[in-house]
Amino acid sequence: MSRLLTLALALSATGAHAQAPTVRIYRNLTLQRGDGSEAILDASIVVRGDAITYAGPSAGAPAPTGAEIVELEDGAVATPGLVAVGAPIGLVEIDLEAGTRDHETEDEAADSVRAAFTAAEGYNPDSTLIPVTRLGGVTAAVSTPTGGLISGVSAYVHLGEVREPADLVGTVRNAAAALHVDLGDGGIAAEEGTMPTALSRFREVLEDAKLYGTQRRAYDRRGLREMRVSRLDLERLQPALAGDVPVVVSVSRAADILRVLAIAEEFGLDLILSGAEEGWRVAQAIAAAEVPVIVQPLTNLPSTFRRLGSRYDNAKLLHDAGVTLILATSGAHDLRNLRQEAGNAVRFGLPAEVALQAVTQTPAARFGPRERGTPPHTLASGARADLVVWSGDPFEMSTRPLHIVIGGEPQPLTSRQTELRDRYRQLP
Amino acid sequence: MSPRLLILALSASVACGGAQTSQPSETLPEPTSPPLPWQSNRAQPEAIESPLVALVGGVVHTADGHRHEEGVVVFRDGRLLAVGPASEVEVPEGAETIDVSGRHVTPGIIDTHSHMGVYPVPQARAHADGNEASGAVTANVWSLDSVWPQDPALQRALAAGITTIHVLPGSANLIGGRGVTLKLGRARTTAGMRFPGAPDSLKMACGENPKRVYGGRTQAPMTRMGNVAGYRAAFQKAAEYGRGWGEWQHKHRLWQRKRMRFEQTLDENGVQRPPADGEDAVEDPGPEPSPPDRDFGLEALWGVLQGEVLVQMHCYRADEMARMLEIADEFGFRIHAFHHAVEAYKIRDLLAEAGTGVSTWADWWGFKLEAYDAVTENLALLQEAGVRGALHSDSNMLVQRLPQEVAKAMWAGRHAGIDVSRDDALRWITANAAWQLGVEEQTGTLEVGKMADVVVWSGDPFSVYTHADLVYVDGQLRYDRSQEPTRSDFELGQEVYR
Repeated sequence: MSRLLTLALALSATGAHAQAPTVRIYRNLTLQRGDGSEAILDASIVVRGDAITYAGPSAGAPAPTGAEIVELEDGAVATPGLVAVGAPIGLVEIDLEAGTRDHETEDEAADSVRAAFTAAEGYNPDSTLIPVTRLGGVTAAVSTPTGGLISGVSAYVHLGEVREPADLVGTVRNAAAALHVDLGDGGIAAEEGTMPTALSRFREVLEDAKLYGTQRRAYDRRGLREMRVSRLDLERLQPALAGDVPVVVSVSRAADILRVLAIAEEFGLDLILSGAEEGWRVAQAIAAAEVPVIVQPLTNLPSTFRRLGSRYDNAKLLHDAGVTLILATSGAHDLRNLRQEAGNAVRFGLPAEVALQAVTQTPAARFGPRERGTPPHTLASGARADLVVWSGDPFEMSTRPLHIVIGGEPQPLTSRQTELRDRYRQLP
Repeated sequence: MSPRLLILALSASVACGGAQTSQPSETLPEPTSPPLPWQSNRAQPEAIESPLVALVGGVVHTADGHRHEEGVVVFRDGRLLAVGPASEVEVPEGAETIDVSGRHVTPGIIDTHSHMGVYPVPQARAHADGNEASGAVTANVWSLDSVWPQDPALQRALAAGITTIHVLPGSANLIGGRGVTLKLGRARTTAGMRFPGAPDSLKMACGENPKRVYGGRTQAPMTRMGNVAGYRAAFQKAAEYGRGWGEWQHKHRLWQRKRMRFEQTLDENGVQRPPADGEDAVEDPGPEPSPPDRDFGLEALWGVLQGEVLVQMHCYRADEMARMLEIADEFGFRIHAFHHAVEAYKIRDLLAEAGTGVSTWADWWGFKLEAYDAVTENLALLQEAGVRGALHSDSNMLVQRLPQEVAKAMWAGRHAGIDVSRDDALRWITANAAWQLGVEEQTGTLEVGKMADVVVWSGDPFSVYTHADLVYVDGQLRYDRSQEPTRSDFELGQEVYR
């Protein structure tokens, strides 16, 4: 699918717009590449078509003729567009209205193993949540299913405006971003309410899928032992077992994190931990396993008995131990607050450039389409032009995005909310 | 006071009046109604001892219109003694002087909408004490009776500069019960946490929640029209209940007069003298009229009708808020503040006219249909229209970053061309919040004589990078970031904190 998609994009780029691509130069900004490197002052970015052709000191910037020049006021900062993970954006409009929810089955008796549940098959690029989220400087998201023990497969989507019918499916850039497993309270509740039952079911699923993968013919002839997992689920588990699609496991308690690391090692999974509220206690083990962790920085309450050790400096402590971080916020409606989460991670000790990388390059690299050449999703020559020019420090609440560019296309700075505001600016 | 004790007390006063036979009957004491909840339960301010402290050199934000770049804040015995620029305020001799230059000082932060204590962490069935969802009108319950002072979230809120919280019952019910205002930092009993002198409040709820909870059980209300019918029925009963007490007072007064005249005819042995010639015999008026049965729920609503209990009403949609203002008019009460109120900006003129405040978030939206039309400029637009706005949390996480949320709402307004000063914005979590809780005379600004609820911030309080460094409640240092945090009893001995 993603290969087809790339072809389609290439076709539209060459066919539909035959004239020379637009060139834009953003000048007088501080460049934060998002790759963990230090900021570059007095920099410029050149965007040609859908790609960045230059990002560096203004002194060395090319000045192609006919380029549109965007001269910024002092203090502007450019970063890659932020990448929000872990929420069902595009799969839900109103949380409490069943008819607007496509991220989780409404059938409470449904099997809790839903590996074939595919976010890309329900993703709605017309959702009003998308422009609201985009105004928080978020240009891509991992639209994630929820519920059950194995919730399904997420989609990596760009949050650009829908401009033509092809965009209605074209905003999905990777239809198999990750397989999501919940070993938190929800997933445990779905598996008879205990961690041992949840873990044994997880193991059973992996063992069945492994057997199925090596003996499909026997399976089709009904020559294999009874399996509780459906054929489609078994099929969709194969890329995860092969390590081609990452497996995101939500888990909180330190001891349970170690158990999950062992299972991932045993089955050769490309594991990403999520939540990991007590991850700081086993940071060395996580680092040694080279497993990245999705952390929500604004988490410090012992909100359940499985996460009594929750604390604000979890991200900092994991980073200090050498763990690769992805920072996240929760709730599809609130993804615009990702930058606030990142800022708070910095407040509790995470270096700012690491925090930025953890909301840009790292999630894009783990979940986005696999691209050749330059590292994806940084402000570097050759990268796709997904970027935000901010009025100042992107993590401060006083800052707003001045320019949002997705796939080279400048995005409108409006949403349903700004339209409501404008309608009621003067009362009737 | 029980009804029986009350009757005894009344009898005693009547007997006393009877003894002073020379007193003209016009000065008979008025029979009193029983002590109503807002009269009997209000904790009185106690004398507080706290050291003489001077915070010197910080940027002081008073939340009453002043900013002192190099300011001084002095307090002792729980009260602010002096606030002003260093050039004008002298540091008193013997004061513990703390150099806070480079840092910022604000009043203690107030959260008008909290469920800490009644929905504590960790989540547990045993901890679900926030919604008495056994009936759509439970004005008789009081959130104070559900508060668990060992909720670990309380200490974390204090560490974020919160000094006062308003704990409300949840929104399952049309009328969920009374709310209570608490101070943080002292925690063994709920009595010890109560904000002295704070008025009672009443939690009411519009819209989806009550009709979902009860409609789901095929009980009333299951529609918005059912909601409104429920409020009207409840306040009609309360009006009748109040009238019943009024009638009893009237009857009692007549009885007292008769009783007094009768007593004047008694001799020292309590035996009636025969009437003088030409006078009619004075009849024994019989036993004292019994007061009506007490109903604690109706008393709370009667308190609302008397203007003694402040209505705090959960309501999202503009049209529903406008309708509730009409209901309040119909029964002659005021809605003190709408909470959540994400559409308040659409009727900000009506709210300003009614003098009703608004407590809301910066940007929560979309979790249900009635929250679909939220805009981040809500508070700024309300400010511009002259409505007292507050930024509330309704969350044990959000309460830990209220100044950041204020910054978000303030900047959204400014970017949309709405004039909001930093002082205006700070009031959303200080002065205006205090007004919404009826404690604006006591706290909410850095003014001499007010409670010494003071926060020293590591930098600009509206920055995402800023910590609360020192938190004073009633002049006592209750949080110091340089020290190990105080943990609740629940957290003691848990391996994860070692």
